[in-house]
Amino acid sequence: MCGIVGLFAKAPRIEERLGEHLAAMLVQMSSRGPDSAGVAVYRDPVPAGSSKLTLYSPDPHEHWGAVEDGLREAFGGCDVRELRASHAVLVVDAEADAAEAWVREQRPDLRVMSAGRVIEIYKEVGSPEEFVDSFRLRDLHGTHALGHTRMATESKVTTEGSHPFSTGLDLCLVHNGSLSNHNRLREYLRREGIEFQTENDTEVAAGYLAWRLREGATLEQALEGCLEDLDGFYTFAVGTADGFAVLRDPIACKPAVLAETDEWVAMASEWRSIAVLPGAAEARAWEPEPAVVYVWERAGVAV
Amino acid sequence: MAVATSEAVEVVDLATTSVRELNQRLHDLARTPGPRLWRILNPNGAHALACGLDADLEVEIEGHVGYYCAGMNKRATVRVHGNASTGIAENLMSGRVEVDGNVSQSAGATGRGGLLVVRGNASSRCGISMKGIDIVVGGDVGHMSAFMAQKGCLVVCGDAGDALGDSIYEARLYVRGKVAGLGADCIEKELREEHVAQLRGLLEAAGIDADPTEFRRYGSARQLYTFKIDNAGAY
Repeated sequence: MCGIVGLFAKAPRIEERLGEHLAAMLVQMSSRGPDSAGVAVYRDPVPAGSSKLTLYSPDPHEHWGAVEDGLREAFGGCDVRELRASHAVLVVDAEADAAEAWVREQRPDLRVMSAGRVIEIYKEVGSPEEFVDSFRLRDLHGTHALGHTRMATESKVTTEGSHPFSTGLDLCLVHNGSLSNHNRLREYLRREGIEFQTENDTEVAAGYLAWRLREGATLEQALEGCLEDLDGFYTFAVGTADGFAVLRDPIACKPAVLAETDEWVAMASEWRSIAVLPGAAEARAWEPEPAVVYVWERAGVAV
Repeated sequence: MAVATSEAVEVVDLATTSVRELNQRLHDLARTPGPRLWRILNPNGAHALACGLDADLEVEIEGHVGYYCAGMNKRATVRVHGNASTGIAENLMSGRVEVDGNVSQSAGATGRGGLLVVRGNASSRCGISMKGIDIVVGGDVGHMSAFMAQKGCLVVCGDAGDALGDSIYEARLYVRGKVAGLGADCIEKELREEHVAQLRGLLEAAGIDADPTEFRRYGSARQLYTFKIDNAGAY
């Protein structure tokens, strides 16, 4: 099963309360995904030349100050921006690639959940309601966000196996469905230099997008490539620095509904999650067509 | 509201009443007399609304509904004044289900009787494995509609998606617009007078204004394995 939600703010009052709306949407999807939950929130871009990392530590007593000091020593500047449950967001005076490489080398016990200038990813095992509370999701503001509630089928219930999966700088993917050619495709992508942290099928789709984008495809072309190269069932939602995209496989047995008002665009596995948004009763609502890429982007976002 | 009468209407607000409680009250009417007219507020995409009814009721649902609304319905009329998600009127036995908006996949799946009317579009697999239900769609239907359809009629006033009527048995398919592609063993057939008459009756019953002579008829070529007498012993 699994549940997916996405919210794209078109009005300031939605941006200010993005976390609250996202939390309400996510909790509605509890019955589709009771074993883990996660979100990617796009907020507070950092200036060019610096980067934002979301790190996860399995140690509940992690001393984040030491990580901050290490990064500061290496790059000249670093601040812990957020501490939320098992995750920390650090802003580093370095390009994301360099900062991420430092963490992987110096602190292999930590996991880089996301890297970029805008994205923050939080995900954890447990019910969506517990997740919303322990990560204080309701107080987040932001321009757009994706969320996922997981009912695991292809791999273990772990923090790392939860969605969203980061697919590159400021990119992330959430998935409802299951892929059947992920083992072979993972091997192929590894040979192409794409790194994987889990045995999860969705991470392979994320890696596939990262690879296509690295090879020069646009987001739209990369998603169209999924239709050729991925075998299985999927509804994908992909987050980028300035928007999000939705794609369903050609068979389209995994559900999705889209809705739009003057103030927001939303996608969800079921209407229940959209019904909690302000003005939902008057929203234009439709089911995305199979094998069609839908993209929303913010105009004039310089990232 | 289609209910124009002074008869009392029982109003249930799902903002304050659970789906379980609503359905139990509706189910009790199969054995115990009670209100005939119902109005359901704030459905907000909840699943399994007004399922398994077995009484001469009229249920008006004011908003969008979730999965399997009015499933297994007998005798009752259920009207959704909004959109419906997966499996509206699944296994309909008799009575009538009407949706003002669009419906998601598998509308009227496995239905054995009664009438399903969709004023908007239906998504993929509309009427999959239908076994006697009549379905009238004002707009388009998605891919794999009427897959393995056995009995009943699917009327599509707009276009039909890919693989219409794949592996169809005896159901009749009427489409006014374009058909993206026919499924295995589904062919176009002559629209004779008896079909025009049947179509006129269905459109009238659905309250949809369309000229029955503008439709084309599709059905089974009866060439698949299951139709060969030599294979009868294989089952």
